[in-house]
Amino acid sequence: MKTWRITLRLLNQDWRSGELYLLASALILTVAAITAVGFFTDRVEGAMARQGGELIAADLALESATPVPATYAEQARALGLETARFIDFRSVVLSDAGPQLVQVKAVDPAYPLRGQLQVRDGLEAPETPTTTGPPPGEAWVEARLLHLLEARLGDEVTLGETNLRLGAILSDEPDRAGALFAMAPRILINETDLAATGLISEASRAEHRLLIAGEASRVERYRSGIATSLPVNLRLIDAADARPEFAAAVERASRFLHLATLVTLLVAGAAIALASHRFVERQTDAVAVMRCLGAPHHLLMRIFILRLLAFGLVASLVGCLIGWLGQLGLSLMLAEWFTTDLPPPSWTPVLVGLATGLLALSGFALPPLFQLSQVSPLRALRRDLGPPRGSAILTVLVAALAMALLIVWQAGDLQLAWKLIAGVLGAVLSLVLVVLLLVRIAGRIAGRARGVWRLGLAALARRPTGAVLQISGLGIGILALLLLAVVRVDLLRAWQENLPLGAPNHFLINIQPQDVEPLQEFLRESGVTAQESAQPRDASADVGATRIDPMIRGRLIRVNARSVSPSDFADPRAERLASREFNLSYATQLQPDNRIRAGSWWSGEDAQAQFSVEEGIAETLGIRLGDEITFLVSGREVSAPVTSLREVRWDSFNVNFFVISSPSVLAAEPATFITSFFLPRDRASLVAELVRQFPSVTVLDVDALLAQVRQVVDRGAMAIEYVFLFTLAAGLLVMYAGIQASLEERQREHGILRTLGTGRRALLTSLAVEFTAAGLIAGTLASVFAGLIGWLLAEQLFGLTLTFNPSLWLFGVLGSALLIGLAGTIATYPLLIRPPLRAIRDAVSGGG
Amino acid sequence: MSKAIALGKHVTGPSGGLTILERLDLEILPGEAVAILGASGSGKSTLLGLLAGLDRSSTGEVWLCGERVDDLDEDGRAALRSGRVGFVFQNFQLLTTLTARENVLLPLELTGTRDAAQRADEALERVGLTARAGHYPRQLSGGEQQRVAIARAYAPRPEVLFADEPTGNLDQVTGEQIIDLLLDLRSEAGAALVLVTHDPRLAERCDRRLHMRAGHLEAGA
Repeated sequence: MKTWRITLRLLNQDWRSGELYLLASALILTVAAITAVGFFTDRVEGAMARQGGELIAADLALESATPVPATYAEQARALGLETARFIDFRSVVLSDAGPQLVQVKAVDPAYPLRGQLQVRDGLEAPETPTTTGPPPGEAWVEARLLHLLEARLGDEVTLGETNLRLGAILSDEPDRAGALFAMAPRILINETDLAATGLISEASRAEHRLLIAGEASRVERYRSGIATSLPVNLRLIDAADARPEFAAAVERASRFLHLATLVTLLVAGAAIALASHRFVERQTDAVAVMRCLGAPHHLLMRIFILRLLAFGLVASLVGCLIGWLGQLGLSLMLAEWFTTDLPPPSWTPVLVGLATGLLALSGFALPPLFQLSQVSPLRALRRDLGPPRGSAILTVLVAALAMALLIVWQAGDLQLAWKLIAGVLGAVLSLVLVVLLLVRIAGRIAGRARGVWRLGLAALARRPTGAVLQISGLGIGILALLLLAVVRVDLLRAWQENLPLGAPNHFLINIQPQDVEPLQEFLRESGVTAQESAQPRDASADVGATRIDPMIRGRLIRVNARSVSPSDFADPRAERLASREFNLSYATQLQPDNRIRAGSWWSGEDAQAQFSVEEGIAETLGIRLGDEITFLVSGREVSAPVTSLREVRWDSFNVNFFVISSPSVLAAEPATFITSFFLPRDRASLVAELVRQFPSVTVLDVDALLAQVRQVVDRGAMAIEYVFLFTLAAGLLVMYAGIQASLEERQREHGILRTLGTGRRALLTSLAVEFTAAGLIAGTLASVFAGLIGWLLAEQLFGLTLTFNPSLWLFGVLGSALLIGLAGTIATYPLLIRPPLRAIRDAVSGGG
Repeated sequence: MSKAIALGKHVTGPSGGLTILERLDLEILPGEAVAILGASGSGKSTLLGLLAGLDRSSTGEVWLCGERVDDLDEDGRAALRSGRVGFVFQNFQLLTTLTARENVLLPLELTGTRDAAQRADEALERVGLTARAGHYPRQLSGGEQQRVAIARAYAPRPEVLFADEPTGNLDQVTGEQIIDLLLDLRSEAGAALVLVTHDPRLAERCDRRLHMRAGHLEAGA
């Protein structure tokens, strides 16, 4: 009780006297940034997943080769979720022109749960969206099937044992992405007609899907409820499975967001460190007096820890509230960008925010507090004793440990965390060492300088610890601001440029070898020239095209001597990959959106037989560099060693392959060809013409998907910029804390100097010299580190190329010198206008 | 009340050893007012710190309120000081974040005194600062700050009060008011008073005066 009473009184008075403002600001800012991002990503990731759900026409799907047991749909409905189902299988339709292989999809009236079907009344008619499939007795077909069947809308075709009327041209289905490279044209029918076809029996090969959609938390509850006991023949599918482009864009956006939070955490951490140091230092006299008055060590410790915890808790709660308001503002701002409502945030970010606040505060303030308990009561008599000298190693270790814990926790990615910790440790260590060196140099120069220059530079050298602390603080602040510029402007631009306006929006697949040349001719005549480069062309160009790639189907049957069987893999994705045919290709040159991560690319047409494998799939299937892999291609075994692992930028929308061989491996195998190109909206009629001339070619319009990914990028960029506002505030706070740290020491010194007759103007100039020098040192170091960290992040983390930015240096070095010089001088100016006697007396009695 | 037997204090620094006090004997009786005078650096503040149990001696014994303090660790000495020993410092040493009243309350709350609030108010009234109870130290003059410090020292009704240059930071008139207050309160509380001072007027009004010279004590007139 006694402890609490004293604790609360001290806390209350600390607050009223303004002692805690700086520490509170730093802490609130940290927690606000963490919770805002927590709340926001919680909601945005939910919304993105839902919007991504349009790619599978649901939020979640269950797939099986046999009908999905009814209990799964019942369970979903019991949770208030919507369900729909369809069956997808290969069959043949008959018309007057003969039989034609088709991919049948029989849907129930609820299909699709997410997204829309696009249909047309005629080849030239505009697309109309609809949210339900064909009525009974009707079939909707792809345009190319009309050509293949030599039929028109309104004609009847035979599917199995029944006749169906061709009701509309199906130009898009939301979950088409999954079947993007299906060979046979699509025919969509009503589920009630399925029985009449007599095509599906228990033993038929078909893909049965149960679609589920609803409120995000319920979907999640459903997913976790069934995931553990899912039989092997059932597979769960979500949006990320459906399309790697979308998943890649979402993942990159959330990486950026996490990075923004981490930078805020680091910078605000520096502010917390500076502020706690100052807070604890100012408690030294109070502790000495309380020791004199008989307060035992354990009571003081209890009071200080309780005071810190109570303060941390209140500040963290305020931070959570601001974080919540912050995300609310952003969500309102972005609401119309989402086609679905943003799901409400969970409470987890509050817990994360509170824990972060308390952990950061404990890490930075507890070690100095423990030192405080060692204060001798004699200090009340003799101020010259100074604060107790605690173990600097302990302080740094505990703070570093707390920071490392927070980084690992917040990054949610060990690799990112490890890199950041190493980067920050390296940066802080080098910063401190270089600052020490430069401060010494400033001291040397001061010895030779005269007047205000001597005063200013000597001020830096006289307090090496203070100067190191101050300049490091300023450096970290500037570093944050510069990083902000690097990440916000340069990195985001690099990311957005990754998906330029001219990115391919049409895929042509199933191109027969004999069609390659005529097609190239057609494209050239239409202004769409086939190119050797896969690099998307400049957006201003009328039409862009990519090279035409060969595509060969092959099943992976062996890795070294080990034969590959789907049942060998516990990972469902690996199991799926092992069970289906790969789209293989061969090439002489590496595509610009691919990067070799291990091994090397071959050169020339006659390079030895070898494979290059995408690193993700290599990891899933356990393929390592040097392994001999064997594919079964057209009944023949094809083997070659893996000589490189590639990183593929799937969100570039170029044609890409998991496995590519040197020409000597696959050039002789039967292949179809594939290409992608950009077609402006106003030239859409070209597609109809192309379909007419090359009826066997399938045209895939991925404009909608492209737009969706682009939206993720733009939205992500906006969210990240918003989060960086917190970093900006944290950076400014650190700079303020850095300047503030030296104010007290200065107070007495200025009093004395003025008593000795130094004029205000001279003191002001000496201050300007000191702060400008500090700004120059801090700015130079920060620019070096910002450039380095930005480059590392771009290359290592995001796979982007960053160009040198001279304005970064200009602003970093000169801007900092100017800004710090000005801000420091303004901040310390009030000291100069105080009467010297008061300045001295305040400095003497201050502290307690 | 406070006793030192063969007290010695030696320190070692980068430039070698230094003897601050050497074989010093001293006894302060209950209720006695003793002034310790001496030039700067003669060791009088060190002696005060040792007698009050704020520091440890190198040799000899120190007794405070009937207990030997040089055997105790810092927490044991703090427990001994708590409520039984008062302090007044040259630079007042008020907690700047607490009001005058809260500064006086602090030692009472630390010792868990039941009627702390009432005793704090009485103490402030006794030093004539009831009207300024809600003010912070920076809003008070030097004399007022020292009066708050005296109220804080006497509020727990200590057995002995140690004062280090209590008038050192004050002008003559204020200094005299503070001397009056210190001595009056000492009489009322019946506490012993040990004060270190340069001020002959203050020393003059004490029961005994001792002079420190180069670590040795000499009885004065």
